[in-house]
Amino acid sequence: MFDHAPSQKTLVEVDGLKLYFPITAGLFRRRVGDVKAVDGVSFNIYQGETLGLVGESGCGKSTCGRALLRLYNVTDGSIRIGGVDIARLSADALRRMRPTMQMVFQDPQASLNPRMTVAGIIGEPLDEHTTLSRAEKLARIYELMDAVGLSRDFANRYPHAFSGGQRQRIGIARALALNPRFIVCDEPIAALDVSIQAQVVNLLEELQDRLGLTYLFISHDLSMVRHIADRVAVMYLGKIVELATREALYERPMHPYTQALLSAVPEPDPVHEASRRRIILTGDVPSPANPPQGCNFCTRCPKVMDICRRVEPASRELEPGRFVACHLYETATTAGATAAENGSGKTRLSTNNPTTQQGV
Amino acid sequence: MHSLRQNKLLAFALAFVVVQVVLALAAPWLGFQDPFRQIMSQRIKAPNEVNWLGTDQLGRDVLARIVWGARTSLFSTATAVSLALLAGGTIGLLAAYYRGWFDRIVMRTMDVLFAFPILLLAIGVISVLGPNAWSAAIAIAIVYTPIFARLLRGPALVLCEAEYVLGARAVGASDLRIIGSHILPNLVSVILVQTSILLSAAILVEASLSFLGLGAQPPTPSLGLMLSEGRNFLLLSPWPAVFAGIAILLLSFGFNLLGDALRDTLDPRLRDAEAVAQ
Repeated sequence: MFDHAPSQKTLVEVDGLKLYFPITAGLFRRRVGDVKAVDGVSFNIYQGETLGLVGESGCGKSTCGRALLRLYNVTDGSIRIGGVDIARLSADALRRMRPTMQMVFQDPQASLNPRMTVAGIIGEPLDEHTTLSRAEKLARIYELMDAVGLSRDFANRYPHAFSGGQRQRIGIARALALNPRFIVCDEPIAALDVSIQAQVVNLLEELQDRLGLTYLFISHDLSMVRHIADRVAVMYLGKIVELATREALYERPMHPYTQALLSAVPEPDPVHEASRRRIILTGDVPSPANPPQGCNFCTRCPKVMDICRRVEPASRELEPGRFVACHLYETATTAGATAAENGSGKTRLSTNNPTTQQGV
Repeated sequence: MHSLRQNKLLAFALAFVVVQVVLALAAPWLGFQDPFRQIMSQRIKAPNEVNWLGTDQLGRDVLARIVWGARTSLFSTATAVSLALLAGGTIGLLAAYYRGWFDRIVMRTMDVLFAFPILLLAIGVISVLGPNAWSAAIAIAIVYTPIFARLLRGPALVLCEAEYVLGARAVGASDLRIIGSHILPNLVSVILVQTSILLSAAILVEASLSFLGLGAQPPTPSLGLMLSEGRNFLLLSPWPAVFAGIAILLLSFGFNLLGDALRDTLDPRLRDAEAVAQ
C-alpha cells in the first residue's frame, strides 16, 4: 500500500469490544468463569486503508476479526460499520448487512465446502442476496473468477482439485461477490507456501486499489503486515497494546511487547543481523481465562514496574494516531526518553521482505 | 487396488440385498403359490417338487409364505427406519445447529428413550397402539429415533464449527441453506451406512415382535410369525421354522454386509489407511 493514500473517513469504529466465552460446569451449566478472548478493544479503520492486526497465536486476533462481522455474538461494546452498530442488529437486519462486510479465511482447505463446485461456492452469496437469473449469475461468477485470476474452465470443479493458492483465490472471489466495502482477512496467507503468499497478497492489494476496499488484515507474519498494512495494531491476551502507523510502529516500537515481537524478526543483512539484539520473553502467555492483575503483560515484561501488577494501563494517544497502553509512558518525560532509546536502530527490521514468514 | 476389493464386496452386498428386495417386492407377480391357500391334505410336508420348501401346519406353501413374509418385514422395517431417520435426523441436526437449551432438552429426552431396552420400549408402544404390522413399524421408529439423533448430532456438531459453515454465515446464508447445503450433504455417507446397518437390526426386531405376536397378525404371512407357529410343530416338521429362520438371517445379513461395505468404501480415513498400507 505504498502508493495508496487512505482517506480519513472512518468506515469501521470498534469501541470497547468484549467477547467472553463462558466456562460452564456441572449439571445446570453454571457459569464458573470466562475466557476473555477479546477484552475491551477499541480502534477505527479508515475507508480504503488496511489495518494490520498482529499478535501471537491465541491472543484473540482471529476472534476479534470474527466478532467484527458478528460471526460470534459479542459480550459488550459496539461495532459500527458505515454507521450501523452491527453488535446490536437483529438476525434479519444483520443478514441484510452481510453484503457490505465479508471475510477471507485462514485455511482455504477448510473454508470451502468439499461437496460444492467452485461456481456453487462463489455463487452462494448471490443466491442469498440477489435475484439474478441463471445466466446473469453465471456471468457474475465468471467475472469474479477473472478478477481473482482463476480460469473459467474451473467453474465446475470441486475444491480438492485446486492448490492452496487457487483455493484462496476461490475464497477471495466468494468474499467479493456482493461488492463489499470491508473485508476481514483472517491470516489469508498463513496456510500457503511462501512462493504463493506474495501472489495472494499482491492480488489483495490490486483488488483494494481497484475496488476501494477496506481491509482488516490479521496475521502473525510481521514482515507481511509491514508490507500490506497502513496502520498496525498489536494485540496481546485480548487487548490492543499498541496501535500506530506502520512506519512509526516498525521504526520506533514503544510498548515493550511490540519491541520484543519486532526484535524476533530476522534481519537479511548479515551486518545488521550480527548486531541485532533479541529481546527474549520468558514464560508463557497467561491463560485468557485467568489473566493477571494489572497489565496483562506484567508477567513477562522486561521493564515491569510495581504499578504494572496493580493497575491496568489505559490506552492513551501519545502522539497523533499513536495509541499505547503502558505505564512506562505515564509522564511525558519518561515517554520521550524511552522512545529515544528504542529508536537507536538496534531493533531495525528488514524493510522489504514480504516472503519471509516469521512466526512469533 | 483397495477400491477394487472393496468395490467387489460392495457389489456383492448390493446384489445380495437387491435380489432379496426384488424377490419380496415383486412376489405377487413371480408365480409363487398363493400364500393364503390352505390344503388340508398337504399339511406339514417336507420339501418336495410341488412345495419346494414344504408346507406348514395348515397346508400352505412355505416358500410363498417366506417370500410374502419378507415383503411384510421389509415394508414395516423400511417404514420404521425411514420415520426414525426423518425424526431422529431432524432432531440431531437441529440440536447440533442451535445448541443451547433446545439441544439439552431434546437430547436428554433422547437419552431417556435410549435407556430403555429396545424390545421393552417397543412392547410398551405396541401395548398402547394395539398389535399389528403398522404399530410394530411405529414402535421400531420410536426406538430408533434416538439412535439417529445421537448419531447425526455428533458429526453435525463438528460440521457446524467447520470454517465453510462460518464462511456461509459470513455471506449471510440462511439457517435452512446452511443445514441443507453445507451440513447435510457432508453427512450423507454416515446416513447411508447407518441406515443400512439399522435396517439389518430392525429386521431382527420386527421378527422378534411378530414372534411374540405383537407384529403382523395371522393370517398375514410374516417371518417372525412363521417361526413362532412352526415352533409348535418342530418335532413333526422343522421345515417352516428352519426356513423362516434362514430367511430372517439372510435378510438381516444382507443389510449388515451392505452397511459394512458402504462404510469401508465411504470412510475416507479407512481409504487413506489402506492407501498408506500399500
